[in-house]
Amino acid sequence: MGSPVPAGEGSPGASVATSTSPGLRPPTRRGTELVMLSFAAGLVTLALILVELNQERSLSLRVLYLGLAYLGLFACAHLAVRRWAPYADAAILPCVALLNGLGLVVIHRIDLAMEGTVFLDGSTWDPVAFKQVIWTAIGLVLFAATLKFLSDHRTLARFGYTFGLIGLVALMLPGVLPGFIAPEINGAKIWLRLGPLSLQPGEFAKILLMVFFAAFLVSKRDLFTTAGRRFLGMDLPRARDLGPLFAAWGVTVAVMVLQKDLGSSLLFFGIVLVLLYVATERAAWVVLGLGLFSGGAIVAWKLFAHVQQRVANWQDPIGRYERIGGGYQISQSLFGLATGGIGGAGLGAGRPEMIPEANTDFITAVIGEELGFVGFAALLLIYMIFALRGLRSAIAVRDSFGKLLGGGLAFAVCFQVFIVVGGVTKLIPMTGITAPFLSYGGSSLLANYILVALLLRISAAARAPQRAPKPKPQQPAIADQHTVMVERPK
Amino acid sequence: MQLTRAGFLVLLWLFVLAALRVVRSDLYAASGLRASGLPGFRRSEKSARGSKAPRQLVVTHGALTGTRISLDGRPILIGRADDSTLVLDDDFASTRHARLSMRGTDWYVEDLGSTNGTYLDRAKVTAPLRVPLGTPIRIGKTVIELRS
Repeated sequence: MGSPVPAGEGSPGASVATSTSPGLRPPTRRGTELVMLSFAAGLVTLALILVELNQERSLSLRVLYLGLAYLGLFACAHLAVRRWAPYADAAILPCVALLNGLGLVVIHRIDLAMEGTVFLDGSTWDPVAFKQVIWTAIGLVLFAATLKFLSDHRTLARFGYTFGLIGLVALMLPGVLPGFIAPEINGAKIWLRLGPLSLQPGEFAKILLMVFFAAFLVSKRDLFTTAGRRFLGMDLPRARDLGPLFAAWGVTVAVMVLQKDLGSSLLFFGIVLVLLYVATERAAWVVLGLGLFSGGAIVAWKLFAHVQQRVANWQDPIGRYERIGGGYQISQSLFGLATGGIGGAGLGAGRPEMIPEANTDFITAVIGEELGFVGFAALLLIYMIFALRGLRSAIAVRDSFGKLLGGGLAFAVCFQVFIVVGGVTKLIPMTGITAPFLSYGGSSLLANYILVALLLRISAAARAPQRAPKPKPQQPAIADQHTVMVERPK
Repeated sequence: MQLTRAGFLVLLWLFVLAALRVVRSDLYAASGLRASGLPGFRRSEKSARGSKAPRQLVVTHGALTGTRISLDGRPILIGRADDSTLVLDDDFASTRHARLSMRGTDWYVEDLGSTNGTYLDRAKVTAPLRVPLGTPIRIGKTVIELRS
């Protein structure tokens, strides 16, 4: 499809349609994907070299080996796609590879900056780049496993309620378990500690609940638009049809708010709203949802001290610079972005150690400082291409469940980027949330790789040629058969 | 150092452009803008094809609005069954609802014994009927039509 369309073939739109047509075998475009992956790996290696140079460390062949290892890792993912989803979209995996690779480089770069730092409580900085590499590898294994064992995304729809239940339980688990297994870190009780591993079940619950909402909405969509009573010019569904949806929605958002995980609750609220809108095509739901959101936000602001704090920090970070829990973090992030300016300080030449939580919530601020506006804009565009491809697959796929799930997954990544970048740049109040694929954090990375596998599965279903109909028994042409042709009487 | 810094940014943007190039052909389709709507394209299409043969099936109403399936001569099955070409999940559609098939250069629609019937522009389809270009076919709450 990337090749120019011959004049006789008609419009590009028609050539796209041809790719989903039953008869012709569309190009799988796996070659393009491999080239783009190599490009991404080259860029990541270059970024690593720049960091090492700017930090005045001796360059060795080791850097090259790391780059090749990175390429090898994604080549395995590429082979998995080639084997189990040959018609998947060619742009999604390279975008993810580049984002993840840049994330690794920046995390390594922050490790270098923080090396030898001793914190107030006497602990020293623990380098995390290597851990993140391990998480990436595990993530890619999960990615391949998802592609292998889920050969048709529609099977997920059958387990909608089960997934919803598991998701809710996983979400609540850290809240109800005792402290030694579910410790409170940075004021949020959202972690499970299993031996040396810490997991955030909420990240996985997000995907499970998305599957539930998509399956639920597909099975009940007609009831949403037809049955029920009219109220204020809008057809409201009957309460019993709406019940499970609003129950799950309310419980999820409430749990996240109680766990002080504001970013995730905002993310989840947005995702369900968009799923509702996509399923019913009614703007009224969006209006209703935004109304609910404003109401909920005001109530949360009145009730919770930590929400008030976030809002105050957002309104005037520099005025609250020196207070405890004040605007220090956001101010430092803004200073970093300002230092970066248009062209950036150069990879490895900024001062990310000035920003607290630089390798998780504020990683985009570090990138903004070192790559500047130009690099940061490119990064956002890569996210945009990722989301664009996801939404495109959702439009092209032929079943409603795939449409809803694909749209929801693509939107989730997009919205997450908006929440974290909006927070870092003081557009909206900062709510702690990871930047997908960039930030340090195992659970987020694993969950996002599962998300990518699901999107690739949906895009493969959208682009793959139809299964050939069952072969009919070959019959000789009617004229050759041993029958007498009878002219129809005129 | 300045050079490497700028060089990296240029390469980063090249990656973005390369990715956009990969997806370029789909951009038109995603926005619903058909390049054949542009005068230049239309002329070349007409002269190349001569006649207006239906080339794609477009869903114009219902849950799957915007879906396009291109026609290559093989019959198109419509219904709730998983192996249909167009899978509907509409309470008013039957498992095997209707079939579009090509005979000669024309496309015909026939009803496969559905509960709620198939309508070709208001007329209930009882025997195979020829489908002109742009004529709506209603199946449950879904409306499809053929386009060139």
